[in-house]
Amino acid sequence: MSIDLGHAGATRLGTTLVAAFLASLVECVEALTVVLAVGRVRGWRSALAGAAVALAVLAAVVAALGPALTRIPLHLIQLAAGTLILLFGLRWLRKAILRSGRLIPLHDEEVAFAKSSADMRDGHDDGLRGWDKLAFAAAFNITVLEGTEVVFIVIALGAGGTGLLLPASLGAGAALVLIAALGLLLRRPLARVPENTLKFAVGILLSAFGTFWVAEGAGIAWPGPATSNPDLAIPCLVAGYLGVALWLVPVCFVRKHHAVTVED
Amino acid sequence: MSWIRSIVREILGLFVDDGNFAIAIVVWLGIAVLVLPLIAAHKHCAGPALFGGLALILIESVMRFSRRRG
Repeated sequence: MSIDLGHAGATRLGTTLVAAFLASLVECVEALTVVLAVGRVRGWRSALAGAAVALAVLAAVVAALGPALTRIPLHLIQLAAGTLILLFGLRWLRKAILRSGRLIPLHDEEVAFAKSSADMRDGHDDGLRGWDKLAFAAAFNITVLEGTEVVFIVIALGAGGTGLLLPASLGAGAALVLIAALGLLLRRPLARVPENTLKFAVGILLSAFGTFWVAEGAGIAWPGPATSNPDLAIPCLVAGYLGVALWLVPVCFVRKHHAVTVED
Repeated sequence: MSWIRSIVREILGLFVDDGNFAIAIVVWLGIAVLVLPLIAAHKHCAGPALFGGLALILIESVMRFSRRRG
């Protein structure tokens, strides 16, 4: 399947890039918090080396898996990637709705930074020749763990059609460069990044993409102008999920407030 | 090797938070993929039906959680 680079094709390329950028931004912020804590407490050399080795491993995974996916029939990839992206995207969206509705607490980078710093202070140094093994392992682990999510997002978004792996990789790469630059500049956790708002937006985008790809893979048709140009279904799906999510947030607030009032 | 176990746990955690929610999504997708393309008379409703089912699963899951926590 080739992608028409007209208006609709540009829509798909653009939304793929934005979705990969925003999703990767969230994961990079979480990884940066721990790498900063490791670097501050145990030293920058081992922390940055651990993160760099992990990034090299992840880049190798993308380089190996990305092209291999092109050998599998597109509709099977779309069904599999669409299902995984839906599970991933709807999970993020559900959590973001529950956080926005104050039913579960918001993620706090300052708290995560303090906890990681305390863990690093408690750990003893068993490194050799100037390398801190604990710091290297901690930075490597968090970068691989959060980076695995980024790799999944890039591969799943890139698997949706010919030529989408590049914008997905560019989006993730831009997020990594931006967060790394901010981290080096500020040397403190990016607590002001509106993580839940980002997760809310990414959850909506990924859910819309997942639904679209499952439909494409299964040969499911769309009504109206999207019948002849299925790409037009993507903004409609984004609007649909946004509407449902925005309706659910106040419902959560009301339910929580009602429960508190009844308890009082 | 504990970091490999952590990665496997992390990968599984990417997709499954609430087991019932994940199962409902997979079951609905299975039904939608097998049945919706066959409904030739209303085939242009298939896309919105796919979205509608997923939206209902999301709504039910959030409502169920808010009942439990509320």
